[in-house]
Amino acid sequence: MPVTHLNMTQIERDEAGESPLFRLVESPENSVTIRVDGVPVLAQPGETVAAVLLRLSPAWSRRTHGSGERRAPYCMMGVCFDCLVSIDGTGSTRSCLARVCDGMQVERQDISQGLRT
Amino acid sequence: MSRRVDLLIVGAGPAGLAAAITARACGLDVVVVDEQAGPGGQIWRDIEQVGATPRARLLGQAYGEGRGVVRAFRESGAEFLPETRMWNVDEDLRAYLAHRGRAWSIEAGALLLATGAQERPVPFPGSTLPGVMTVGAGQILLKSSGQVPADPAWIAGTGPLALLYAIQLLAAGGRIAGFLDTRPTGQTLAAGRHAARALLTGPRDIAKGAAWMAQLRRRVPVFGHAHGIVAEGGHTLERIRFRDKRGAEVTRAAKVLLVHEGVIPALHATQALGCRHEWDAAQQCFRPVLDDWGTTSVAGVHVAGDGAGIAGARAAGLRGELAALGVAMRLGRIGAEAAEQRAAPVRAALRRAIGVRPFLDALYPPRVEISDPPDAAIVCRCEEVRAGRVRALAAGGLTDPNQVKTATRAGMGPCHGRQCSAPIAGILARMGGSEVRDIAPGRVRPPIRPLTLAELASLDATEAPR
Amino acid sequence: MTAIVRDAVVIGGGLHGLSAALFLARAGQRVTVVERAYLGRHASGANAAGVRTLNRAIEELPLAFEAMEMWRDMNAHVGDDCGFHACGQVRVAESVDEVASLEARQAQSRAAGFTHEEIIDAAELRRLVPAIAPHCVAALVTRDDGAADPHRTIDAYRRSILAAGVALHEGAGVTKVVRQGQDWAVHCDAGTFVAPCVVNAAGAWAGQVAAMVGCHIPISCRASMMMVTERVPPLLEPVVGLVGRPLSFKQTDKGTLIIGGGQQGRADIETGRSIVDFAGLAKTARTVTELFAATAGVGITRCWTGIEAQTKDRLPVIGTSPDAPGMIHLFGFSGHGFQLVPVTGAIVADLAIRGTTQRNIAAFAPQRLQGEAIEACPQDGLRHAIKE
Repeated sequence: MPVTHLNMTQIERDEAGESPLFRLVESPENSVTIRVDGVPVLAQPGETVAAVLLRLSPAWSRRTHGSGERRAPYCMMGVCFDCLVSIDGTGSTRSCLARVCDGMQVERQDISQGLRT
Repeated sequence: MSRRVDLLIVGAGPAGLAAAITARACGLDVVVVDEQAGPGGQIWRDIEQVGATPRARLLGQAYGEGRGVVRAFRESGAEFLPETRMWNVDEDLRAYLAHRGRAWSIEAGALLLATGAQERPVPFPGSTLPGVMTVGAGQILLKSSGQVPADPAWIAGTGPLALLYAIQLLAAGGRIAGFLDTRPTGQTLAAGRHAARALLTGPRDIAKGAAWMAQLRRRVPVFGHAHGIVAEGGHTLERIRFRDKRGAEVTRAAKVLLVHEGVIPALHATQALGCRHEWDAAQQCFRPVLDDWGTTSVAGVHVAGDGAGIAGARAAGLRGELAALGVAMRLGRIGAEAAEQRAAPVRAALRRAIGVRPFLDALYPPRVEISDPPDAAIVCRCEEVRAGRVRALAAGGLTDPNQVKTATRAGMGPCHGRQCSAPIAGILARMGGSEVRDIAPGRVRPPIRPLTLAELASLDATEAPR
Repeated sequence: MTAIVRDAVVIGGGLHGLSAALFLARAGQRVTVVERAYLGRHASGANAAGVRTLNRAIEELPLAFEAMEMWRDMNAHVGDDCGFHACGQVRVAESVDEVASLEARQAQSRAAGFTHEEIIDAAELRRLVPAIAPHCVAALVTRDDGAADPHRTIDAYRRSILAAGVALHEGAGVTKVVRQGQDWAVHCDAGTFVAPCVVNAAGAWAGQVAAMVGCHIPISCRASMMMVTERVPPLLEPVVGLVGRPLSFKQTDKGTLIIGGGQQGRADIETGRSIVDFAGLAKTARTVTELFAATAGVGITRCWTGIEAQTKDRLPVIGTSPDAPGMIHLFGFSGHGFQLVPVTGAIVADLAIRGTTQRNIAAFAPQRLQGEAIEACPQDGLRHAIKE
């Protein structure tokens, strides 16, 4: 599977012609690889999962229960709970407070998916 | 058996760190917990990783000042528990903590809540679209990841943070499409009566703010008295609409809109504990009632930092020192006289540090729209409750936020009303012909931080992690 | 301030008081409801909303079946289905020993002529509740039972009583109730109301109200703890309880899990405050995660307690006061009153208007408790740390 390169100061457009919301100011010296919904993604060591999600296109973290609308990280300080994702099997984790580590499995949150057993 | 510590500090920002250092110097046994992976809070976020990099210089002197404080904290002998949540506290000061799937409780001789502030909720139509974020979020992304909006960003709001971030963003190579200054007209005049004291105590702050604004005006379009802001788009932000100071509607393409209307104390813990609160008319928010040592109405519970009322990082550190001295005195580690003696210069410095506040509060009031948002605005982001729904209930006679909560589920989602309680109180007040200060805040139920069933099941089942 | 003359005054805006007000008003009575806080503030708003005949006290079953008929048609009664689903209730045995207790219960209700409870084996239990842990061996089931939404129920009753012409005063705590000729004068923050009939539906505070008219009924209180989780995908249909451990576990139509079933918090009847005891709730969390492994990572959104009256025999007090003619008691549901709400109002209307009822309420007579000792309320350890 191709690694989604965030090399990272460049803006890459996805198939729908959309570009990410955020970009890095400079290319990082080191990187780790996490998976977002199964897709390998490069990240800077020690940064938050939410920061990585905002460099993906489309940028989002969860769908709402009612309307099913996408939400993206909003406050980045643990207050709004719009950045909830599943991290390594633990659901409803605030991605703005979670630091990436190599091999981390991140799933964006969608109520229509089943409970993990 | 669970552990006992002299002082449990929640929050490792400027207030918590200063308190820990002072309390350790008084010989207290101190534990500090924070949800983040490292000390620094929001103002010095990721300072241990970023402090020595070129990015720190970009973030300015106030950020760099955190390095020394964090180092002193690390050397103080206080125990630091990162990525740890305090999700409940009993009246007898048993605090319930959780970290990575395990929960335990700890008895504290005193509790210092240094949980800081949150940005004032800013509901408006479209404010839940991906691409709409807070200015604070933008700044945190710059601090901890070195990232900026990919396309020129719109910034809308008021307050020092909005200006500071705009300057930092430009310095970092980011671009700004436009700055919507949301202050009502005449605000500079209103602030004038506080200017003399502000100039005496904080001339640097005032000069800095004016210089930022001037710099911004040279480099980006600034729209004065912008109001009626609406964000639109499909599954992400595509355009913004607003009215300029003449009332003309303006529409602009937009991908990222960062909003900010000041910050308010984070009150969940003090509300859950049943501490008394009072209305702060200047800052348009509630704050806990505190004595000179930051003691709340609940014995043994102290508050320092922006959680005690917004006053900024410098004041937060000083209030942290005072709270630690107060705790040491109460626990009998220092005498009352010694405490007063050591507190005197701190109090003097605190007076200087907060001298500029009344000026800033008057200069940057939150815009009225956000406490009385249009019907289409989602006020409860978790349960997707719009202002119009709350307004209809208020028109039908509901007056209590708890009733709105049970009728709409607003505030029942995972954020526990951190986003919706202020606008709902605003709507109820407006509809009921009362003031927000008269609307009793809704009850805060534990857990006040996220907790899974498995974590609760593990509570005190084994030895507390050390 | 001049007193306002009414036919009946209901003290207490919980669901039972509202049910009484509704029947009285629909029978043409002029009714006022006075509530100290707001409707449903305590047990009515803080309960699992189980609509259950399963394992209910034999004495209550005739009323419970009548109530069940009404639950199936709540729309006709209060203009909303109150979120009622006949999702069934199961009482699960986790060991062979516990099966014996299910059999004994079933035999007891059959002997009294009730055939609503059915014993099912492990395979049928698994079919009804696929997510349940494999160690569970059997269950007692009532397939017509179910659960409702307490807040929707409160809202529906609020609308219905107002539509029926009831005068409602929230934020109106009663300070005294005194004789005035043949009537009672109820003094409260909203004024004085004079009526020949007073309904005491004051929940945990009903003993205090009774004492105001010289009627001494010893009651205790309880503060049942509840947890609600974040919304999760469909996990189970029926309401699940256990034989051997306190638990009530269900999923709402919003997807949240409601967990309760008996662990008690600490209550302070004087201040109306009740406090969650997390050591107790941790036991409940252990039970849930052992019974439903899939819930381990589910986030708890809120925990709370509601204060409620509890009697020594755990049966409610329904009937005319022996010491104070004109006062009708309606309280003491001891943690399982929600299901009975639609029918208790009809009883009160009978007693108020005709002076008697055809329903058998002998077991609920206030007299049975008089002279009994009061049990302690679960308020040990509640510290009054708040400085005024």
